[in-house]
Amino acid sequence: MESVHRSLIGRNGAPPLERSAASRRSRRRRFALAPYLQIAPLAATLLVFLVVPIAAVIAVSFWDYDTARLIPAFIFTNYHDLLVDPITWDTYLQTISVAFLTWALTLAIGFTVAYFLAFHVRSKAWQTVLFLVCTVPFWTSNIIRMIAWIPFLGRNGLLNQALLHFGLIRQPLEFLLFSNFAVVLAYVHLFTLFMVVPIFNSMMRIDRALLEAARDLGASGRQSLWHVIIPLTKPGIAIGTIFILTIVMGDFVTVSVMSGGQRASVALMMVNAMSLLQYPAAAANAVVLLAIVLGIVGALVRIVDIRKEL
Amino acid sequence: MAGAANVELVAVSKRYGSTVAVDGVDLRIPAGSYCCLLGPSGCGKTSTLRMISGHEEVSDGDILLGSRNITDLAPAKRSTAMMFQSYALFPHLDCVDNVAFSLTMKGVGRATRRKRAMELLARLHMDGFADRLPGQLSGGQQQRVALARALITDPSVLLLDEPLSALDPFLRLQVREELKVLQAQLGITFIHVTHSQEEAMALASLVVVMNQGRIEQVGEPQAVFNRPASVFVARFIGGYNLLPARGDDQAGAIAMPGGAPPGDAHVAVRADRIRLAAAPPQPGHGACEATGLVKTIEYLGLMVKVGVEIDDGLRLSVMLPEERYLAHPVALGMRVSAAWARDDMHVMTH
Repeated sequence: MESVHRSLIGRNGAPPLERSAASRRSRRRRFALAPYLQIAPLAATLLVFLVVPIAAVIAVSFWDYDTARLIPAFIFTNYHDLLVDPITWDTYLQTISVAFLTWALTLAIGFTVAYFLAFHVRSKAWQTVLFLVCTVPFWTSNIIRMIAWIPFLGRNGLLNQALLHFGLIRQPLEFLLFSNFAVVLAYVHLFTLFMVVPIFNSMMRIDRALLEAARDLGASGRQSLWHVIIPLTKPGIAIGTIFILTIVMGDFVTVSVMSGGQRASVALMMVNAMSLLQYPAAAANAVVLLAIVLGIVGALVRIVDIRKEL
Repeated sequence: MAGAANVELVAVSKRYGSTVAVDGVDLRIPAGSYCCLLGPSGCGKTSTLRMISGHEEVSDGDILLGSRNITDLAPAKRSTAMMFQSYALFPHLDCVDNVAFSLTMKGVGRATRRKRAMELLARLHMDGFADRLPGQLSGGQQQRVALARALITDPSVLLLDEPLSALDPFLRLQVREELKVLQAQLGITFIHVTHSQEEAMALASLVVVMNQGRIEQVGEPQAVFNRPASVFVARFIGGYNLLPARGDDQAGAIAMPGGAPPGDAHVAVRADRIRLAAAPPQPGHGACEATGLVKTIEYLGLMVKVGVEIDDGLRLSVMLPEERYLAHPVALGMRVSAAWARDDMHVMTH
């Protein structure tokens, strides 16, 4: 700043000391304002759409309520009620285990698909075509993709009928639909692409000469995968993990459709609370969920440096 | 070290679809030599190197190392090691782990492999940077680490793919000297791909000039420079004036003593063998001299390069030692006569 200031004065040909202090100050202020104006649009957007809503949720989580009203207050009852209720713990456990299963499966499938696209498909054209094929499921809505599973997985669904027909089972399999299995299956179906994209992106940045170097130094295909590709794909895996975790932890539609209302999730708890107008209870739950997800993401970012992918 | 070994290419070809990158190359590189594959981009030198390394399949022919046929062996089984153009250091591993990579792959214990890696790093004066990541090193330092990583496999042949092209000019000269010293110390065969004739001259005990997938000339640097086998070689290694040869009185060419050879012949005259003198104004030139106007003067330090346009449009480049230039200076636009000894003319028919 100072040097810019000086050089400007120097260019005008006037020695700095002859300038009045007032004009120097105004010049400095004008320069100092510019960067703030430049970040103002983004800052305003984030303020209105991120900071204010979260602040509101946090504030309301300390409010009191009765059957008909929200009462501004600063009480910890909502958190206390939430944390002493064993159902809360069960639900969190259920949600986290479903999220973990979904994460493990999407990671395995997503990594394989990305690996195939990045290292086995040689031509750029085919890469693009196959990548577009991966997005085909996204051409219809989430709900339709979920509901499409129901006639397939149901008690008298296609899968059970086929298995019965070939004599592989005697009784229809009950766990296929309205179960954790169905929920995880739907998640994997819906969200694997969110794992494929960042991992593929990471893989495409790996210099192919590194794989040749590994081969030159005696690495087998499996060793190259373990010692070169996976370490260099970690940022992509971390980003995919963040996508999957945040989506699954906050979801309630898939859970209610695919479990037929028989399974709970943290977000469903909030929906139920809100339908009873217990907004402060739902807000407290939301704050706890936010803290947990942020904790996981924070831990992940500490382990893996994702900045170079952004 | 595994000891040096001869490398022999027998009628080796490389085809990509219908394009022929390397066309029936025969080459014998004696054990312990520093061989430079030299040529313009697309001449097949890199393909040749990659076939020797095993990273490119051979379409036709055989590659022998010592008495073994290595044509179809995996890269790591050939006792060759490759140093890649961009060094290809693993960005997630520090220098020790990069150098120790091949030992890790072999399942050598951590303590042993780190000790070996440190020895190699120390040999290349990089032991102080052992725990740095490649991204924290300069180009020259990365190159040393890459060298150490290749040498830890005890290769009998080290393959270098344009190893100096990523360095700035000052560092390039320094590293070039170090490479040559290292090769002499190790006594193993180095095969070095480059498009810089200067680099090849400085380093090689054997220069292989390639063009369009074929070998144009093989020989010691001095032999290649003094007796270029073709117009292409003379043009590529530089330092020569190439003038079309002709019979008597034909314009735009140099008269040949004893008549012109048949076909499309050229005369090559080394730029540093031409003497300049102030010329009488009458035009024309004989067998070993020509008159013309000085068009360019470039002061290069040790030498001064003078461009002379001969009266019928031919251009001559003349390299004068600074001393001689200062004793007999020329000026732009000055009329000069250029003369050379008959022995300094080489006639080339292809």
